[in-house]
Amino acid sequence: MLIPHPLLGLRDAQEFTYLGDARLLDRPDGLAPDAAEAFADYVYLRDNPAGLHRELWFHEQGDRSWLVVTRDTVTHEILGAELARDVALARRSK
Amino acid sequence: MRFSALRVFQQALTGHKGWGPLWRNPDPQPAYDYVIVGGGGHGLATAYYLANTFRQARIAVLERGWLGQGNIGRNTTIIRSNYLLPGNEPFYEFSMKLWEGLEQEFNFNAMVSQRGIVNLIHTDAQRDAYRRRGNAMLLAGADAELLDRDQVRAMIPFLNFDNARFPIKGGLLQRRAGTARHDGVAWGYARGADRAGVDLIQNCEVTGFRIEAGLIRGLETSRGYIGAGKVGVAVAGMTGRVMAMAGMRMPIESHVLQAFVSEGLKPTIPGVITFGAGHFYVSQSDKGGLVFGGDIDGYNSYAQRGNLPVVEDVAEGGMALMPMIGRARLLRIWGGIMDMSMDGSPIIDRTPVEGLYLNAGWCYGGFKATPASGYAFAHLLATDRPHDTAQAYRLDRFARGHVIDEKGMGATPNLH
Ligand SMILES: Cc1cc2nc3c(=O)[nH]c(=O)nc-3n(C[C@H](O)[C@H](O)[C@H](O)COP(=O)(O)OP(=O)(O)OC[C@H]3O[C@@H](n4cnc5c(N)ncnc54)[C@H](O)[C@@H]3O)c2cc1C
Repeated sequence: MLIPHPLLGLRDAQEFTYLGDARLLDRPDGLAPDAAEAFADYVYLRDNPAGLHRELWFHEQGDRSWLVVTRDTVTHEILGAELARDVALARRSK
Repeated sequence: MRFSALRVFQQALTGHKGWGPLWRNPDPQPAYDYVIVGGGGHGLATAYYLANTFRQARIAVLERGWLGQGNIGRNTTIIRSNYLLPGNEPFYEFSMKLWEGLEQEFNFNAMVSQRGIVNLIHTDAQRDAYRRRGNAMLLAGADAELLDRDQVRAMIPFLNFDNARFPIKGGLLQRRAGTARHDGVAWGYARGADRAGVDLIQNCEVTGFRIEAGLIRGLETSRGYIGAGKVGVAVAGMTGRVMAMAGMRMPIESHVLQAFVSEGLKPTIPGVITFGAGHFYVSQSDKGGLVFGGDIDGYNSYAQRGNLPVVEDVAEGGMALMPMIGRARLLRIWGGIMDMSMDGSPIIDRTPVEGLYLNAGWCYGGFKATPASGYAFAHLLATDRPHDTAQAYRLDRFARGHVIDEKGMGATPNLH
């Protein structure tokens, strides 16, 4: 698999390590009244879709940036990649 | 029809014309007391024990393809009970004991072969860890022996003992471990369940659950609506998809695991060998093929095929451990979809929906569990109480913090 790194172009997926669903960017509020429940969901439950999946990859043997990669879990086709930083900042400003 | 040596002999003399199909191919009834979703090893074993051991009736198994098309027919057939944690080891040892009597029990040749497994040791820390694991196994009634370097050498002389980075310093041996014929296991359970009156319904995909006021009523399927008293889901890699139809998110990710078979060679590998430093394990089938594998690919996948980096990684592991296999040619490579759970251990439990039960999270190790998983799931379905050895496999253990994490990796399914 080749990942289209937004800064470095196409890179071999072997240079990356995989973390999982990009929803891990949405860390719950630790001080909210339902924090225990929200964290149990956040840490342990996954949508695990068959089809498009937005997921976190870390460019460990490259520029050490975190990417959000959009990939089809049925075909392994990669449809795009963004810097996770940009994704997180865009969400915060909403 | 019972199988026996006499029958094989008679059939040989009469042109093998007297063998019939092993099971019926019935159309679905409008309703059943028990519906098992998934005709893999675990679903078939569950139906078998439900009918034969727990004496229940009106049971169906719904399989979207053909029986045994999933992981039960794709695994590398290793059976063992060499786990560490108290939530796991008694369950796997129970499974081992069921394996030991399985072929007599269901009158089918599953080629259960207790040829032993050696987990190799490369460092002093690893020896301590395996000593501890061996003791945990002995405490649960399993067998375990710690081997020193010379004992390993006497058993498996062809290994690369003096690899500069990972010299072999010993091994943990379980003699009662071994291999079984994966298809034979599925067929044996299927035949035994069918003979006890279970309807095995193929080409029947479950597409939805009918749930009213928190109670299961039945299933929508590609062959129409089927009413159900209790529903047991055992769909391995498809757990996330199927349970989403009941509105539940699972502590599971689906990942692909690859396996490899070489051309047939003369007998050379005595049992199962695992490389304790790289990702490689190997055994030899009765036909002579080297059956081996390594790690999962490591990203979510429903593709039933993996990618080349893992092929290379497994081949490197093999070459580091036993350079002699370098000249064996590969015959086949394939992949299966694993239900990787958040702690690497399985789930056999009720769900928040009354009458809906779950058997899942087997990761890459559910073949060895097939007998005990079927038995424990049937126990739960029939009595509404968990089997003694499966008490820890609760669905809510994650939220409660009672995870069963053999490797101590945390909630990272691709590292278990
Ligand atoms: C390459 C590989 C090597 C492995 N090696 C080992 C090993 O050496 N030792 C070991 O212990 N384990 C091993 N495993 C793991 C083991 O194979 C699995 O954990 C186990 O087979 C899973 O349980 P099962 O047999 O019930 O799954 P499956 O055989 O996959 O059964 C699930 C069934 O559910 C059906 N299904 C799915 N969705 C639906 C639906 N909507 N409606 C109806 N039916 C549905 C599927 O078609 C499938 O037949 C390996 C797995 C793989 C892929």
